[in-house]
Amino acid sequence: MENSYDVTGKIHSLETCGTVDGPGIRYVVFTQGCPIRCVYCHNPDTWDANGKNALTKSVGELLPDILKYKSYFKASGGGVTLTGGEPLMQKEFAAALFKACKGEGLHTALDTSGYAGIDDGTRRVLEHTDLVLLDIKSINPATFKNVTGFPIDRTLEFAKHLSDAGIMAWARFVLVPGLTDDEDELHALAQYLTTLRNIDKVGILAFHQLGAYKWQDLGLDYKLADTPTPSAQETERVRDLFRGYGFEVR
Amino acid sequence: MRQEWTGFKSGNWEAEVDIRDFIQTNYTPYAGDETFLEGPTDSTKELWQNILGLYKIENRQGVLDVETKIPSTITAYGPGYINKDIEQIVGLQTDKPLKRAIMPFGGLNVVKSALESYGRELDKDTEQVFRQYRKTHNDGVFDVYTQEMLRARRSGIITGLPDAYGRGRIIGDYRRVALYGTDKLIEAKQQDKQGLDFSGMNESTIRLRENISENIRSLKELTQMAAGYGFDISRPAATAKEAIQWTYFGFLAAIKQQDGAAMSLGRVSTFLDIYIERDLRSGVLSEARAQELIDHFVMKLRMVRFLRTQEYNNLFSGDPTWVTEVIGGMSEDGRTLVTKTSYRVLHTLYNLGPAPEPNLTVLWSVNLPQNFKDYCAKASIDTSSIQYENDDLMRGFWGDDYGIACCVSAMRLGKQMQFFGARANLAKALLYTINGGRDEKSGEQVGPEFAPITTEYLDYDEVTRKFDQVMEWLAGLYISTLNVIHYMHDKYNFESLQLALHDKDILRTQATGIAGLSVVVDSLSAIKHARVRVVRNESGLAVGYDIEGDYPAFGNNDNEINKIASDLVKNFMTRLKKHATYRDAVPTTSILTITSNVVYGKKTGATPDGRKDGEPFAPGANPMHGRDKKGAIASLASVSKLPYNYALDGISYTFSIIPSALGRTPEVRVSNLVGIMDGYFGDNGHHINVNVFDRETLLDAMEKPELYPQLTIRVSGYAVNFVKLTKEQQLDVLHRTFHERV
Repeated sequence: MENSYDVTGKIHSLETCGTVDGPGIRYVVFTQGCPIRCVYCHNPDTWDANGKNALTKSVGELLPDILKYKSYFKASGGGVTLTGGEPLMQKEFAAALFKACKGEGLHTALDTSGYAGIDDGTRRVLEHTDLVLLDIKSINPATFKNVTGFPIDRTLEFAKHLSDAGIMAWARFVLVPGLTDDEDELHALAQYLTTLRNIDKVGILAFHQLGAYKWQDLGLDYKLADTPTPSAQETERVRDLFRGYGFEVR
Repeated sequence: MRQEWTGFKSGNWEAEVDIRDFIQTNYTPYAGDETFLEGPTDSTKELWQNILGLYKIENRQGVLDVETKIPSTITAYGPGYINKDIEQIVGLQTDKPLKRAIMPFGGLNVVKSALESYGRELDKDTEQVFRQYRKTHNDGVFDVYTQEMLRARRSGIITGLPDAYGRGRIIGDYRRVALYGTDKLIEAKQQDKQGLDFSGMNESTIRLRENISENIRSLKELTQMAAGYGFDISRPAATAKEAIQWTYFGFLAAIKQQDGAAMSLGRVSTFLDIYIERDLRSGVLSEARAQELIDHFVMKLRMVRFLRTQEYNNLFSGDPTWVTEVIGGMSEDGRTLVTKTSYRVLHTLYNLGPAPEPNLTVLWSVNLPQNFKDYCAKASIDTSSIQYENDDLMRGFWGDDYGIACCVSAMRLGKQMQFFGARANLAKALLYTINGGRDEKSGEQVGPEFAPITTEYLDYDEVTRKFDQVMEWLAGLYISTLNVIHYMHDKYNFESLQLALHDKDILRTQATGIAGLSVVVDSLSAIKHARVRVVRNESGLAVGYDIEGDYPAFGNNDNEINKIASDLVKNFMTRLKKHATYRDAVPTTSILTITSNVVYGKKTGATPDGRKDGEPFAPGANPMHGRDKKGAIASLASVSKLPYNYALDGISYTFSIIPSALGRTPEVRVSNLVGIMDGYFGDNGHHINVNVFDRETLLDAMEKPELYPQLTIRVSGYAVNFVKLTKEQQLDVLHRTFHERV
């Protein structure tokens, strides 16, 4: 196996002030490429694994840059987050980067749809992962397919593995009016999450239109152009629904 | 022990004027939270409503009222009140609230034009006095300026010079009035003077003896002014209320005598806390009444006004007075200097609502009590009215009893002052390098005829070599110009009261400044990493630049670019230090523009970084708008790499972030903001303005200013009512980088 510092990844962009993808202040690596096609995606520019504007960076290049912000991680309880795109499309890179980060004592968070499923590659990434931000699009297989274009099975398999392996996870769910806000489905999802043993927090994210322009720029057919943003009260109500199942919700 | 000092612990402070010793032996550190704080009393609410009513008229008219005849002195006007029956702390600059005084000793023309811009006329007799009988600071400076100084001033390569108004940036140690009373202070000054009673008078002794005589005279005037309000301040303050009142009288006398650009307060909170604690202990004061005293004091500080010209307002709009009060920090022995009154002063932002003044400046240490850090972060998120400076960094240079003059200028209280020198436009200096000392806007030969750069593409080595020569010339001219200004300011517009509240022997700094740091750094990076083609006009003057390729910009925490920035600061500072200064002042520099980044940009042609002709600079040490691509922390980290020991007058960074980019819940936002500051200051960042709001709020405030009378934003080194900014400055704030990725 080649030196893990030489492993390269395709990167969409870097953000040094991540505050919503894991605890504290985070160095966020947005990877390029995603296997699924969520209709509400606000980063469709990260889909194409061969995207022209992607940067190729090795772990050996990224790590020194990450370490420049050690004082901020320490002060805030932050660390490094891999998101995308789908970071598990580049498992070798994700594993090498997280291994290097853990070697420096940094907290690692992986933001994933779980669609990559479980194999040896995934296991090697999770070995160096402190926290998984698990995006669960819906618990209803039909809705899941409507949102992502793909079946739900691999995500469920992934979630179960996290639970069995005792890897801490924050479940994340995007509330989209008319698409994912069916009352029964919300209860079913909350109920399902109670069956997992590793869910530390639940995040309810209100759908927003900030990514709409990217769909236009890319010439993609954006189906949610007329979908409203859920009101603050509605979002809070859904948060309360999940709180009712005993979760810490934000 | 004097009866007014009953209950205080003894120390060296009894034997001689030593405020730091009084604080260190008597203060009570507080590590608890904010739950002890009280809301506004009825009289506070009523008084604040009175003031808001006056603000409304002032906002409509520009000024509420102006004196046109009697020049301001400590005793020029009789006592004035807002609502005498309920005011706990009294004293106004003139006989009426918000009525502006005239201060012609700095320069008559400025007073005349300021009056005219508000449709008033200077009294004929007063004008005659200053035309015929009494020379001003401004007259003195222009008697001496060389042709080259005049050209540099006109072109704006050196700009914002205090040659026509008060220089400011001097902080009287107003606490001395409260602790000792004026009799004791006068006695100490008389002793100082006797110590200079020897034969062999030379110029510096003559000047110092005259200074001290004026100090004594001003202390007598201060006593007389206070007597007009019915207080005998010749003796020490005996209660918390008196201590606040005496301290305020000291400050009030200063702002009656001087209209310096920045008239800062110093570091009074923890000093006053000692009196408040004593009164709380003895039961003569309740928490609600203690807060009321602080609220009323702060209302007075919010009402400080000076008469300014239109040109001045274009530079620094929104009536800034830089009544800077520093809060918190740590003692040299490791105890925190946070007291309950640190909280009480910050709490005025809630009791009275947000405001730009006083310029509340928290001295941050990674060792501050966690509760206090959290409270500050919360107040910043709620009000955007606080700036932060690195106490751990400054304590090593200035000890644990320094204040901040203006925005970022640290000085030991009562022991140090600065000769304010505004700033040199280094972006323009870079253009003079390319154009051989000619100004890119006017074509005038401002500097010496350096060999211009004549190649089509700029060569990094040639540019940096020739830029060194231009900086060498500029540094010498700059220091010489400041020498002229401060010689004349001492002679014709001496701050006798503020310096009466200083020791006899003080450290003076010659405080220069740099504008356009990120423009120059990016230009050098572009020349080095991309190809920069020069566009010249028919007279051969370089007026535009085409950039082929990309270059790494300042603000992305690139080691090489950070080094270019650091080297630039060191390079210019080292050249400034070569020159002799008036009164042996120690040269320093700051990287601070305040709102003048807009005007400096307007006066500067296109630059090799791709900035267009007239486009604003970034404020202070900020990266250029939109060029920081890696998020807020990379930007902060870049700025924290600038060397404070080469920029001892301060390095300003303005940070704007939308609430949701700080985190999803209020608690997370607080802890992330604390984390940002612990990280930034732990990495030796010097200063940060923290703004937390949405762009939409500002857009709405531009359209409906009447709905946002108290909307406060922090700009480089100070805070301002957003609705009082010029349209151009409002747009500049809007176009600046808002960290908003979520």
